[in-house]
Amino acid sequence: MKRISILVAALAIVATACSNSGDSSSITLYSGRSEILIQSVIDAFTEATGIDVAIKYAGSADLAATILEEGASSPADVFLSQDPASLGSVALDGRFERLPQAILDRVPTRFSDDEGRWVGTSGRARVVVYDASTVDPNDLPDTEDGFVDPEWNSRVGIAPTNGSFLAFVATKILVDGEEATLAWLEGMAANDSPKYPKNSPIVAAVNAGEIDAGLVNHYYLLRALAENPNEPGLNHFFVIATPGSLVMPAGAGVLATSEKKEAAHQLIEFLLSNDTQRYFAEETFEYPLVPGIDANASLPAIETIPTPDINLSDLATVLDTATDLVAQAGLL
Amino acid sequence: MTSGRTVFEVDPEAIGPSAELKRSRNSRQRAPWWLWAGALALVAPIGISILALLVRGLGATDAAWATLFSFRTVQLIGRSFALTALVTVTATIIGVGGAWVLARTDIGFKRLWGVSFAMPLVIPSYVLAMVIVSASGPRGLFADLVGIQLPFVSGLVGAWLTLSLATYPYVFLITAAAIGRIDPALEEAARGLGASPSRVFRTVIVPQLRPAIGAGALLAALYTLSDFGAVSLMRFDAFTRVIYAQYSGRLDRTPAIILSIVLILIAGVIIAAEQRTRGKGTVFTSKPSRPPSVHRLAGTQRVLSVGAISIVVAFGTLFPIAALIGWIVRGANNGADISVPWKAIGGSLTGGTLAAITAVVFTVPIVVLVVRYASRRTVLLERSVFVGFSLPHITVAIAVVAFTITWAGPVYQTLGMLVVVYAAMFLAQSVSAARASLAQIDPAIEEASRSLGRGPFATLLAVTVPLMRRGLLAGGALVFVTTLKELPATLLLSPPGFSTLAVRIWSSADELLYARAATSSLILIAVSVLPLYYLSIKPREVVD
Repeated sequence: MKRISILVAALAIVATACSNSGDSSSITLYSGRSEILIQSVIDAFTEATGIDVAIKYAGSADLAATILEEGASSPADVFLSQDPASLGSVALDGRFERLPQAILDRVPTRFSDDEGRWVGTSGRARVVVYDASTVDPNDLPDTEDGFVDPEWNSRVGIAPTNGSFLAFVATKILVDGEEATLAWLEGMAANDSPKYPKNSPIVAAVNAGEIDAGLVNHYYLLRALAENPNEPGLNHFFVIATPGSLVMPAGAGVLATSEKKEAAHQLIEFLLSNDTQRYFAEETFEYPLVPGIDANASLPAIETIPTPDINLSDLATVLDTATDLVAQAGLL
Repeated sequence: MTSGRTVFEVDPEAIGPSAELKRSRNSRQRAPWWLWAGALALVAPIGISILALLVRGLGATDAAWATLFSFRTVQLIGRSFALTALVTVTATIIGVGGAWVLARTDIGFKRLWGVSFAMPLVIPSYVLAMVIVSASGPRGLFADLVGIQLPFVSGLVGAWLTLSLATYPYVFLITAAAIGRIDPALEEAARGLGASPSRVFRTVIVPQLRPAIGAGALLAALYTLSDFGAVSLMRFDAFTRVIYAQYSGRLDRTPAIILSIVLILIAGVIIAAEQRTRGKGTVFTSKPSRPPSVHRLAGTQRVLSVGAISIVVAFGTLFPIAALIGWIVRGANNGADISVPWKAIGGSLTGGTLAAITAVVFTVPIVVLVVRYASRRTVLLERSVFVGFSLPHITVAIAVVAFTITWAGPVYQTLGMLVVVYAAMFLAQSVSAARASLAQIDPAIEEASRSLGRGPFATLLAVTVPLMRRGLLAGGALVFVTTLKELPATLLLSPPGFSTLAVRIWSSADELLYARAATSSLILIAVSVLPLYYLSIKPREVVD
């Protein structure tokens, strides 16, 4: 008996010893962006400001769901997400607080929440990745709608459960309407478009010659080329504005329940600093969103990408519908 | 040849939710309250979290109910069932065949074969899937390195192949341990009466091994049912894939909860089916008087046996390891990051060790209750332990987030909480491993201890636990290697700043940094080999 109580006490001590202390020189970041892409930025931030950052890494959508489950007790101070829909989910639930105007002014308004609850930190373009050894770029359709043509049967990879694909579907709902979006999804399903869990295996499958093309974000290919320059994949940017050419931001917001908002704001300012924006351009191959910082030389300038006219804050409002349509089309 | 005989340490016979009811010798005695307290201390908090989540699911939105009653859901249940059945049958054939050859023939190099045959257990199924996907095809790694083009592998075939390789070690380890305990007298008698070797195997050996095979097959089936990583990389539409998609694809989380309830029901059907097949087969619980004979392989038999074992080892062990090394070499040539992730290694070792210790500690009261005080309540206890093993980890994680933040705020996102969740999810493995150890111990020994004046608690610690040491250690080793592979719960429940090898593999693979992912994968496999070595082969003192 005594030993059991000692054991229970010991476990309790271990548990509390491991819980985070609440000192003000440390903030908690929930990061949907993986360690490889952000850790060095955070290290530089800590060095510059003396503020320690405890980071929780997981998928953006999973972290958004976690924040919603946590409610007012969330230990997070800042949420950094890979896609605007996850940010929108948290904003819709009232869990973000409006950011200071100085932060919002750093990036063009089209890349941030219209109520200032989150700000874009880097841009990612939806593109078609294709196998240049088997596909002539002139044969690629003008928009994603062309991929439902029987000519593309089984040849175009999609990631129907992935956050950025769902953000694209949500965009399509806002631009083309529910009916047309469902018809497109059903067309892709009828065309036996191979389904992948996320973007990276699509790019890998194109490079491996398993499929001819895929709907992905632009930077995966550049990273694959950095590790193996002989890969045959190329990115195709649609030349007319369509949901398939959306440039969507990764972004960040500060939780309303944070008790360290000043430090949290400092972190977001740091993400929007010229140095960090240059890091995003050259190391992660994303689009810097602060005007005046150039993208990687192998990419078309962000201003030249035709992008559909939508309010990114609306994406989260149709996220559930997007998932429903994907399920209805038999793609789940 | 008997001196060089090796024995497999994991489970023995009657494992799995059980038929101990009728065998329990003192089931009329009431279990001391502290046994129940100990058993429930781990199971109850997680069980209540999950129940609370499920109750919330009942208040689901219309959209959620629409999801549930769609044709697609029925279709997905069918697909998951089909995959589970295929994998379980394949894993059973490979596992039982391997166990028989390695435990009862003079195949030679048994330690080497034993460890390499059990090795896929420590290779995460998503790594195995990733390796298979990227090695196949005309431009795959295999074509690059060896010059032979493999066809593309995906879909049902890919998922079946990957998960069969990932799960047969459960059947193998558990069956091999049971084979070592078979009394040779029966089969010798059968042979003496003129039965052919194959008939002896079918009618004498298999019935004696059935509980062990069933236990291994059950773990294989439930693992397949809860797997997400391999099926999604193989692009096979399984039920778990939809549960994950529903969690991440919408603000409304009730559809995912409803679908999790369906998955629990499916697991319940499988667990009950395993109990039924166990039937009334006689189980030996005493140690055989002498070791079983070793079958001498004749020429053709030897070639066939070595050939079959080699093929499995080549696919399940050598090929993934070679592919991982191939990635590292190719990446290193292009200047990729292949540094050793010390922090992640530390996190994995800490999490794995603490989870194994916690699982073992709580396994003791559970197993004692199940074996010594069998009742309807203990059957329910054991079943819930197995259901925990069959749930998608994301469901467990979300349930624990919601429950802990409301009722146990101070422990939220602590290492302690993460360890408790690991232990609860993987408890089925340590309970399986420890149970038969206890079943073999004559309760008379414990009664003697009590009659000599030790209290029940002192008897448990001084007599019972030391006697079931082997099973407990084997259970701890299983929990350790499984914890190292765990991903979804680790991501959501770990303290900020906590990293593991599995997390690093995931984030690297996500960014297509294969060399980096391969480095962590190889380290994960290396770290798991020691417990695996303990699990698979260890010379046993010959008892005369």
